[in-house]
Amino acid sequence: MQTWKWLTQPTKPYTWGFMARVVVKAAVLFALLNVIFALVNPLPTLGHMSAYNTLLTGRERLPYGENPPASYNLSLYNLPAMVESLTVDTAPADDEFRVLLLGDSSVWGILLEPQDTLAGQINRLDLRTADGRRVRAYNLGYPTMSLTKDLMLLDYALEQAHPDLIVWLFTLESFAPDAQLEPSFVQNNAERVQALIRRYDLSSDPGDPRFVEPDFWESTIVGQRRALADLLRLQLYGVMWSLTGIDQEYPDDYTRRSIDLEADETWHDFTDPQTFTADDLAFDVLAAGAQRVGSIPLLFVNEPTFISEGENSDVRYNAFYPRWAYDEYRRVLDEQTDSAAWPPTLDLWDLLPDAECYTDSPVHLTPTCEAQFAAQVGDAILDLSAAGS
Amino acid sequence: MTLTNILVFIGAAALYVALLPERLRRWALYAGSIVAIYWLQPALRIENLDFIFPTATLVLVVLGWLLSRAPEQRWQREDTISAGIMVALVLALSLAGRMLVESVRITPSRPPSPVSLAVVAIIAAALLGGLSWIGHKRRLFVPAILLIVVLFVILKTTPLAEETARLLRERTGQPASLASASDLGWLGFSYVAFRLIHTLRDRQMGRFPELTLREYVTYAIFFPAFTAGPIDRAERFIKDLRALPGREPTHLTVGLGRIAAGVLKKFVIADSLAYFALDASKAAQATSTGETWVLLYAYAFQLYFDFSGYTDIAIGIGQLFGITLPENFQRPYTRRNITQFWQSWHITLSNWVRFYVFSPLSRYLLMRKHKPSPTVLALIGQMATMIVIGLWHGVTWHFVVWGVWHGVGLFMHKVYSDRTRMAYIRLRDRPRLNQWIGIAGTVVTFHFVVIGWVWFALPDMATSWDVFLRLFGL
Repeated sequence: MQTWKWLTQPTKPYTWGFMARVVVKAAVLFALLNVIFALVNPLPTLGHMSAYNTLLTGRERLPYGENPPASYNLSLYNLPAMVESLTVDTAPADDEFRVLLLGDSSVWGILLEPQDTLAGQINRLDLRTADGRRVRAYNLGYPTMSLTKDLMLLDYALEQAHPDLIVWLFTLESFAPDAQLEPSFVQNNAERVQALIRRYDLSSDPGDPRFVEPDFWESTIVGQRRALADLLRLQLYGVMWSLTGIDQEYPDDYTRRSIDLEADETWHDFTDPQTFTADDLAFDVLAAGAQRVGSIPLLFVNEPTFISEGENSDVRYNAFYPRWAYDEYRRVLDEQTDSAAWPPTLDLWDLLPDAECYTDSPVHLTPTCEAQFAAQVGDAILDLSAAGS
Repeated sequence: MTLTNILVFIGAAALYVALLPERLRRWALYAGSIVAIYWLQPALRIENLDFIFPTATLVLVVLGWLLSRAPEQRWQREDTISAGIMVALVLALSLAGRMLVESVRITPSRPPSPVSLAVVAIIAAALLGGLSWIGHKRRLFVPAILLIVVLFVILKTTPLAEETARLLRERTGQPASLASASDLGWLGFSYVAFRLIHTLRDRQMGRFPELTLREYVTYAIFFPAFTAGPIDRAERFIKDLRALPGREPTHLTVGLGRIAAGVLKKFVIADSLAYFALDASKAAQATSTGETWVLLYAYAFQLYFDFSGYTDIAIGIGQLFGITLPENFQRPYTRRNITQFWQSWHITLSNWVRFYVFSPLSRYLLMRKHKPSPTVLALIGQMATMIVIGLWHGVTWHFVVWGVWHGVGLFMHKVYSDRTRMAYIRLRDRPRLNQWIGIAGTVVTFHFVVIGWVWFALPDMATSWDVFLRLFGL
């Protein structure tokens, strides 16, 4: 074969000495590259090398997918690569009023197409601020419930996205102390999260054993091969995302949220009804977020949740919450909202009483109900933009 | 072949070169190939089938050897030893597979018992032994070739494969309703079938060399080329096998270089392109003309890098063991016309079909009382050749259409080149124009081939036709 002449017909016959030198040099080079990789840790830098927003269409929401061949999306832990893949990673237009939405899977939009998510619905409203700027919402939701995860995303996005306003959406589940470091996305970004815990003196333990802190060998190319492969896969799935606009698997059939519930009053580590204080929940993380955003307006939103009228609905609102826990949470939230230093809070927990609004979870909405929710959040955005200008 | 398979073969090659004296190497390739076909065979859902298929391959190969021996060729002591090693290895694999835990078992699932295998071996040996004493073997060539073709048709025709799977499931007490064509994943059968037909046909024509059982089996199931070719010719393979090199480093450097290139092509480039290469689900999702072209280009290059990468790996592993397998690809997408494309795409398959389909058919037509005109002869020959290649991939209408597409292309190019030969000769004086015409020819040929892949990549006629129209905005 012509292409292989240099190899198959060498000008000088190969010798065992030559072979040995090649093997030794290759082994040394390989070892050296691994050591340099482990010492330098180029993964964050590699994460910034993205074909999105140039060769490929930017994504409307963060990469997340458990069945990549069906969703053209995958879950990875490289925060720079994830944010680089979003449309938010472009400079704002002159007439743009840029709003970042933080939150859980309800903001990310499980079972919703990108245009039907909260961000998509707000953009569909084509809102204008008092000074004529077009409101453009960006989805930074991620399908796990943890305020610490949101804080990590906020901290990173503030450096990249130049927002004019931030809307942080949550529900009680995100406040559970044991949920703060639970997402593997958080555990695999240990350095960032530990820095935040220390900087804002959060109640989570920076030495929590769940943090994934690779040792030297795990930091080499060999040890990080999965992370490297994920970076490449994110770019490759971007082609099909660009061509089809599909970034999530939409099953024809799925399990609906439960209407009939167990008579169980347990919520996380709390086995019996009790009185909450702000210290029992992760309000310190919200406070840290408020401090982190500085002068940028911040809006807190307690998102709509399903209120069941089925069996044992006198004990529980839904599969997530015993009534006592959710009522206590709202009471403490009210107390915080009443304090002067607290950013404005929009409590929309019972905005959507129709059971048909909720799909597979007590917080996942249908497109129609998401539109109602978006109208409320949109109004609040305009109010806040007017107050800030 | 997985990366694990490749690494194991490289390790085995290192031991083979470092430890084995030359006189044992041919035996090692023989025994290694027998073990490898069991190891490479993926697990199947029907009980024992993943053991039965490699065993049936061995039986067919032995049958092929018995029939393709020259009439004067005698059974030698070496053949007895070879047969003994084969039976011993199969029984040992069965015994080990039943005694060892799953993690160290070499066969994909638990094999049948050695006792039942021994009974089968005795019956097979009696039948094959009886066959070896039959005088007029020429009468058996056609039935033997027909047997291979019938097996091939069953495996490649989905309804027939499903029905066979259903029958096998009923025999093994497994739910027949779950039967599918993938139950009959007989690894390597297509390529072994080509090799057996080649040896039988060449013996029929009196031009096949004398091979021992060991040589014949090694040729037919040589493990680097067992799963996806290339399809070597026995006489060329045996030349290498009988002159295995000593401990020279060249074969190792050449082999490892080829394997590295093949791994890059197959596991990096082709597997990356697969993320957005055309398939039925992506065809349904990407609906615009531009999107469909992107998927199709990705498929075209994925197919090339996948297959030529595998060929590089096969050739590389062959080199490690001292065997030079034939080339299968010669930059096919850069060719100026469709004839050149088929001289550089899956070369060994094209040559095989040319030898055993095109040439005999042309000879037959020319020997008839009413000879067809050269144009009609070319049309029939090209169409038959390409339809056979299409059907080899699967007995379905869309593969037939793919074959017809290329048959028509080859025929039209022949007619065109016959009429423009003088004009092209004159073009040699105008190299710049000649170069531009060459580039235009490459672009046209590439797109002709790429559009043809629509019929190859998609599972049914309706989807293929829909995508075909969409490529032109229709």
